[in-house]
Amino acid sequence: MRKLALLSICISGLLLIYATGDFPSFGDPHSPAAEHLSPHYIEQALEETSVPNIVSAVLADYRGYDTMFETVVVFSAALACFFLLRVHNASPRRRFYRHNLTGVVLHVSGEKKIPEGSVHFERIDSKWTPQTPIVRIVSRLLTPFIQLFGLYVIFHGHQSPGGGFQGGVILGASFLLLALSHDLRFVIGRVGERFLSIFNSAGVLLYSGVGLVCLGLGGNFLDYSALSAIMPVGEVAARSWGILFVEIGVGMTVMASMILIYNNVASEGRWDEGL
Amino acid sequence: MDTVISTFLGKYNYWIYIALMMLGLWAIIAKNNMIKKIIGLNIFQTGIILFYISISAKKNATIPILMHHGGHGGGHEAIHAVNYVNPLPQVLMLTAIVVSVATLGVALALSIRLYQQYKSLEEDEILTQLREEQ
Repeated sequence: MRKLALLSICISGLLLIYATGDFPSFGDPHSPAAEHLSPHYIEQALEETSVPNIVSAVLADYRGYDTMFETVVVFSAALACFFLLRVHNASPRRRFYRHNLTGVVLHVSGEKKIPEGSVHFERIDSKWTPQTPIVRIVSRLLTPFIQLFGLYVIFHGHQSPGGGFQGGVILGASFLLLALSHDLRFVIGRVGERFLSIFNSAGVLLYSGVGLVCLGLGGNFLDYSALSAIMPVGEVAARSWGILFVEIGVGMTVMASMILIYNNVASEGRWDEGL
Repeated sequence: MDTVISTFLGKYNYWIYIALMMLGLWAIIAKNNMIKKIIGLNIFQTGIILFYISISAKKNATIPILMHHGGHGGGHEAIHAVNYVNPLPQVLMLTAIVVSVATLGVALALSIRLYQQYKSLEEDEILTQLREEQ
């Protein structure tokens, strides 16, 4: 079986190498991919959308449909993780509470609980190792700056490399950093499941909503120039505003999806303790 | 003969992607462990992403972000497509990278469910358990 696999991989590799003979050489400015549509994007994007970052203009305006459904793919990936893993009435695991002063750990099973806000007892994961305060404090201090940078990447995507996808991932990563340096409950206490799910679907709704508003104003679906009817800007500037709205929607969906996927996968759907 | 060699060596970038893609395909087909298969899928994806990005490259071209707003002295200069790399493959891969992270999450979720069901992530052990059930 392994020999057969090796043979078929060698054959397909050789076929692919043979096929590179017809490919354009590296860095060729007149390769077929650069000949037809992309010169129009490069030369007209600034005039038509007033967005200097052509990647953002193509992503959210010229290829708006594509990006909308990419967003839907990310949304449904989070949904798929939810449906595959989430358990609501699982038999409660043994819970561990650590007495902060003495380091004594209590094992609690069944429904009994120590109140959440207790000063003396802190709930810990079942595979708990003593944590150094440096990691906790530094990552807690860094988190707002990471989130600020994520927002900058989303909102400055018109002028510099960035946009909803990248900024959304950075925003999501800031929460994952908290989940890894503290524990999963620390993050869930701040962004809960209900909030994340609503945020997740609100992003897709915002994207398609902008498209529908354009349709209602007499343009085509996702034709942002129609937005100039309700905004005090010209048709070209309206397209750049439309791109911004859409990127915000993408960022919301991507951020919430990253956190939802991590929480479900790391806690096997129990949302009580993570990695 | 020299021209043949130079045409193939001039396309060394494709060799890298083919090597990466075949490495990933090998892991998908031959490895027994589900996590290793998922890693293989991701290596395959990386090969494809590098392939698209290298297609967008142009010699002596810069990133597809225009210098503009006139304030830089030179006034409005004409934009030539030759001076900027192709933005289209970059757009496609930008979304593909994020989608690949999301699908990686789904793959891991599926393997967690498999492990809960069969207490194993080895393909042959799962297959024997499936045969015994029938």
